[in-house]
Amino acid sequence: MNYDILITGLIIVAQIFAVVVPVLISVAFLVYAERKVLALIQLRRGPNIVGPFGILQSFADALKLITKENIIPSGSNKIVFILAPIITMVLSLAGWAVIPFAPGWVVSDINVGIMYLFAVSSLGVYGIIMAGWASNSQYPFLGALRSAAQMVSYEVSIGFVIITVLLCVGSLNLSKIVLAQQTVWFAIPLLPMFIIFFISALAETNRLPFDLPEDESTLVAGFFTEYSSASFVLFFLGEYASMILMSSMTVILFLGGWLPPFDVYPLNVVPGVIWFTVKVIFILFLFIWVRGTFPRYRYDQLMRLGWKVFLPFSLFWVVATSGFLVYFDMLPN
Amino acid sequence: MFLSSLTFYLFSSVAVLSALMVISAKNPVHSVLFLILSFVNASGLFVLLGAEFLAMILVVVYVGAVAVLFLFVVMMLDINFVKLREGFLQYLPFGALLGIVLVIELGILFLTDRSSNIYNNQTPLQPIVNEVENTKMIGQILYTEYFYLFQICGIILLVAMIGSITLTLRDKGGVKRQNIDSQNTVDASTAIEKKKVKIGEGI
Repeated sequence: MNYDILITGLIIVAQIFAVVVPVLISVAFLVYAERKVLALIQLRRGPNIVGPFGILQSFADALKLITKENIIPSGSNKIVFILAPIITMVLSLAGWAVIPFAPGWVVSDINVGIMYLFAVSSLGVYGIIMAGWASNSQYPFLGALRSAAQMVSYEVSIGFVIITVLLCVGSLNLSKIVLAQQTVWFAIPLLPMFIIFFISALAETNRLPFDLPEDESTLVAGFFTEYSSASFVLFFLGEYASMILMSSMTVILFLGGWLPPFDVYPLNVVPGVIWFTVKVIFILFLFIWVRGTFPRYRYDQLMRLGWKVFLPFSLFWVVATSGFLVYFDMLPN
Repeated sequence: MFLSSLTFYLFSSVAVLSALMVISAKNPVHSVLFLILSFVNASGLFVLLGAEFLAMILVVVYVGAVAVLFLFVVMMLDINFVKLREGFLQYLPFGALLGIVLVIELGILFLTDRSSNIYNNQTPLQPIVNEVENTKMIGQILYTEYFYLFQICGIILLVAMIGSITLTLRDKGGVKRQNIDSQNTVDASTAIEKKKVKIGEGI
């Protein structure tokens, strides 16, 4: 009986590794891809020295950062200072537990999968607040305050977008959300919600044009100004891992997860995990494209967009969608 | 069985210890962080009970939103905690009274027969259908049996919201606000004004 527990434990550990290791490797390639795409947008070459086409650049950077000295400021609150990057990293990996990559390819297929993802992404703000406060320095503190207000504001509209999707699915399970899109991807009937979700995801992951918590032209480097070496690497990895997580969430909610675009012969032979990856890469490319195209928002404009544009609009869509579903008797179950 | 009781004791002991640290930590920010730890562990206990929806709601609402604003305020305010601690003995009797009342209430709860409830077994507090997942169960009972109470909760929240807005809304004169719609509708004909200026006079 005890061996059973041991074996189940080993299987769980193996599953965790099977998810976390590819995620971390894709983070490395995402950083490389971002630098290359930005370079192409700005008519530069980008990284091209380490390895063929500079493809090993991120690994070289990681090695460089880890071998540097880890400086903990003497005025900082040491325990919280060290905990903050760890929390950011752990939370950005924790969400992957419920992501279905293909039918059945999921570590934990729980009933409330989407709520779990929403909860984990709303916890992400703690790493930033703790980092900003524990650094005991003005710029990180300002970055932390900005981030706290920003992430709470955009969570509200993300919540309404999720409710709209759930109204059409009738379940909080992520696999069921994907299977509900077999006739049509939700990006088509719920196109405005898809756009709002994508923009809110930018704000939630502190990406340009909403990267005010780490706004380098006013706040040096924002909340991680005081961080160096390995703890900086953790923030960096955490930020990009949560970027991929938010892209996967977008794909599952709106772009049909592992489903092919049309259920016809050459397309439906391709394994689901490949469709999933292709769609995630497409959303990630949009993230990078937006970064290369738009200027940074001013803070009051950011707040105005969140509270005065997205919140009323997404609230209206929740009411309109539920009204539509009830009137035409299309409610699931 | 062994694993679930192990996780139960892990979650509950961490929850109790961090609750203890909330009131004993010297630094108010540490107190709030311990409060968050306690919330997270409570949600772990909910998961063990099979109430996964409540667990997630606890994390989303309390940890993800309320505690963030709480932390925000505590970090911004410069609270002198040494001064706050001075009245410890003065407030001790009151706190002890509250604690004793709570212990008595919990004792009554444990000693009474829990199979009978306030509705005298006529309507059980949970839906009978056990196969339904608990998100649906909550929905089914909240919007039927407790519909009016639910509406009253909404109204209370609305009143609280309006109250807090009126408390903080101050209209100071002389604040320049940006009107984005009017800015976007500007074109050459509205932005530039031509004036004939007589030589030697100016406008």
